[in-house]
Amino acid sequence: MTTFPSTAEPAGTADTTGTVLEAAGVTMRFGGLTAVRGVDLTVRTGEIVGLIGPNGAGKTTFFNCLTGLYVPTEGSVSYRGTRLSRKPHLVTKAGIARTFQNIRLFANMTVLENTLVGRHTRTKEGLWSALLRGPGFHKAERSSEQRAMELLEFTGLAAKRDHLARNLPYGEQRKLEIARALASDPGLLLLDEPTAGMNPQETRATQDLVLAIRDQGTAVLVIEHDMRFIFNLCDRVAVLVQGEKLLEGTSEVVQADERVIAAYLGTPFDDAPGAEEAAEVRAAEEARSGAAPGAAPEDSPPDAASGPATPEGGAR
Amino acid sequence: MTTPPTTGAAPQHHPGVLPLPQRGALLTTAAAALATAASTGLAWTWSSEFPGDLTYYGSPAGLQLITLAGGVLTLLFALSGLGVRGLGWLTPAGRTAPVLLAAIATFAATWFTLGAIAVQLGGLVNLEPGGFAAGAAALAALLGALGLPADRTAPAGRETGPAPGAWQRFTGALAPVPLRKPARALPYWGEILVIAAAFAAGLYVFTYGIDADDGPPFVGYLIFVVLAVPALQRAGLTSRLSEITARHRTFALTAAFVAAACFPLTQETDQYTIIGANILVFATVALGLNVVVGLAGLLDLGYVAFLGVGAYAAALVSGSPESALGLHFPFWAALLTGAAASLVFGVLIGAPTLRLRGDYLAIVTLGFGEIFRIAMLNLNGTTGPDVTNGAMGIPNIPNLEIFGFNFGEPHDILGFTIATYGNYYLLMILVTAFVVLVFRRAAASRIGRAWIAIREDETAAVAMGINSFRLRLLAFALGAALAGLAGTVHVHIVTTATPEQFQFAGPTPPNSAFLLAAVILGGMGTLSGPLVGAALLFLIPAKLDFLQDYQLLLFGLALVLLMRFRPEGLIPDRRKQLEFHETGQLDVPPDTGLPERDQAIGGTQAKA
Ligand SMILES: Nc1ncnc2c1ncn2[C@@H]1O[C@H](COP(=O)(O)OP(=O)(O)OP(=O)(O)O)[C@@H](O)[C@H]1O
Ligand SMILES: [Mg+2]
Repeated sequence: MTTFPSTAEPAGTADTTGTVLEAAGVTMRFGGLTAVRGVDLTVRTGEIVGLIGPNGAGKTTFFNCLTGLYVPTEGSVSYRGTRLSRKPHLVTKAGIARTFQNIRLFANMTVLENTLVGRHTRTKEGLWSALLRGPGFHKAERSSEQRAMELLEFTGLAAKRDHLARNLPYGEQRKLEIARALASDPGLLLLDEPTAGMNPQETRATQDLVLAIRDQGTAVLVIEHDMRFIFNLCDRVAVLVQGEKLLEGTSEVVQADERVIAAYLGTPFDDAPGAEEAAEVRAAEEARSGAAPGAAPEDSPPDAASGPATPEGGAR
Repeated sequence: MTTPPTTGAAPQHHPGVLPLPQRGALLTTAAAALATAASTGLAWTWSSEFPGDLTYYGSPAGLQLITLAGGVLTLLFALSGLGVRGLGWLTPAGRTAPVLLAAIATFAATWFTLGAIAVQLGGLVNLEPGGFAAGAAALAALLGALGLPADRTAPAGRETGPAPGAWQRFTGALAPVPLRKPARALPYWGEILVIAAAFAAGLYVFTYGIDADDGPPFVGYLIFVVLAVPALQRAGLTSRLSEITARHRTFALTAAFVAAACFPLTQETDQYTIIGANILVFATVALGLNVVVGLAGLLDLGYVAFLGVGAYAAALVSGSPESALGLHFPFWAALLTGAAASLVFGVLIGAPTLRLRGDYLAIVTLGFGEIFRIAMLNLNGTTGPDVTNGAMGIPNIPNLEIFGFNFGEPHDILGFTIATYGNYYLLMILVTAFVVLVFRRAAASRIGRAWIAIREDETAAVAMGINSFRLRLLAFALGAALAGLAGTVHVHIVTTATPEQFQFAGPTPPNSAFLLAAVILGGMGTLSGPLVGAALLFLIPAKLDFLQDYQLLLFGLALVLLMRFRPEGLIPDRRKQLEFHETGQLDVPPDTGLPERDQAIGGTQAKA
């Protein structure tokens, strides 16, 4: 877990300003519903940027806009100074890789095969090459496998290379998604709730993993509901509420901001259904962890979770 | 599958169906099985009118051979169960279930034979004492086997519950148990020999079936095979064999092709070789369809049209006097023409339709299949340009000639005379081998992985940088080209290209429904699955011709039963096998399927 072997340069290193991702005025409307409204966001080389917000704030939708799964109604997204294509596979090729909030592994492929699929954009061997099996084919397969194994080593899954993805425990499935995304040698990694469903040890391991990824030169943009995770890791945090960017700043700034506490963590609206439960949950959290108020609650009122359970599904 | 092996300390076994002491039951079964086998040396009937002529003493014939095989199989399994030295390898997994299934198979086949004799010749008086002896011995073996306790131990805590009923005890005795580790590993040449012997046996069984007379002999064979194969499976022999072949894949493939190529040598006439050649055509097309359905996950309901395009293209350039073009290409050029025509059609149909997902694609391909057939009907000179002769088709397609080797004439090879269909059979072997090679290489490559990824989760595949439209089109085009290849040989075997050969559904293969059934029956995404599925789906209807209109009904029934009891197909995908059987993953509860969990986590924000 200490070395992140980077055999290939992150794609498109021409830009020298250090800006990896630049999203400007991204707006996404679904009929009458505006899920994301005029969001600007910049990620620079070597940064870990957090994206937080209550359930249904539009975080996943924003990710989908960045990766081309949704075509934004308005606004533009550029990666290292060039405007991104609207085709998701070209976005990955350009150098943005992602994981999904609802794990989307290739369930009936092995761990190694999942990771090899991640190499798709960085290899070229077509059907003819596969049928003729010249020396070039074997060389490419070997180097792909070597790279995949390095990544499995890095994420701690090497021993399970021949297991089916569906048979992995939950935490390892999340790790495999990260390994698969890293296999495309991305310059920017988008993580959608990488620790959802993990126990505290696994969360800490994931934290180390994200830091190691950053140290190897891949910028990270991460959505998370676990505030401790976010504030430990992120150089900057952006807060999304009801599709709009409420605030952006360092962890300290965001933690201290009245509006964040109000909109995201505290004082539910009087008539909000589920407000009582949210308060109870928060009280229990604080009692258990003894953390400072404002930092402890890791979840938001459950009433916001009533949207579609699989936002990504909208792209189908 | 999670039950501990039977060797644990004082395991509580399910009792057998009949209350017998275990050793006594085994000894009874063994003795009765021996008697069954011996009874095939007697005459079962006095009249040689029954097919196979079962009137001789000392030389089993026809259906008696089935009973003989069944008796020997039961005997061997029973002796292995008794712990006879040197036979332990026969039952690396279950011990009771194989004996019981073999006894059932023998009993069913024997009693079916006796019944068929009585019905066909008009009464039990036509049975000789030998026949009664065989029936009694088979019954005794079955009763003995029913007394065996189950391999599986009773579930913990059940000892105090109500005693299991007879049916429960019966299914308990048939339940599978996990494979034990072999006592010692076979040496390299031993494994090679095992593979060679297995394929030789496979060839023998297949040849016996194809040579069996229509009517009772084939039905008896079918009954026996359907019951005896599970016996081998429960014994763990099939799993052991697939372990070994997995270690020597190239040798196993070669052996399979050598065994298949030997088939025409076992035939004296062309009567059954043509069935063999047709099976190969059908199996090759099914394998091509497997690229589309099994690997890329595209449901194509009009696939037979690509076989048709290849067949018509080849017919037009075959030099048939009826061909509108009047061209006569050499074989290699005709082969390329057929494949290329199908490829072009594949791309033309695929480009607009592959943007659709799932059900839409199925409906569009179904429509295209019918459009092709109707277009071929209408290009007859009156309702359209004169290209295909309409319903009459393009007849009189001359035999192939490659380097002066005329396929229409018999040739002597290694002292065997190979006639027309034998020639085509051997040619088809080469084509099949080529398609197998293409399938294997394509599947195990970056492209194949991308196809499987698209099948598994298209959104994730796209997010991993896979151009899903292009890869789907590639799969579609490759599948079409492979079918076109088979079509060129097909049209020379049947000598006439007619539209009616290329329907969506019909009582005889190949048609799109049967092709799809072959792929699903055999095992989607596997290499041997569609080949086996196609062989069965071709052979069985060809042999059960006398059933006529009931054929499709039985076909449907068989499909339903198979999907109920073996949804993964006859030869499951390695992945599916991993899914159910992988060792070292048993700590994972079986219900950790991805989709359900996804919903739960995605919807409720579970936290650490
Ligand atoms: N394809 C779609 N069609 C219609 N509405 C959608 C679609 N995708 C998302 N939405 C809506 O957009 C809003 C934002 O959803 P999104 O999934 O982006 O929230 P989120 O911030 O990721 O929430 P969570 O923390 O629960 O993951 C929700 O109200 C959701 O119902
Ligand atoms: Mg989300």
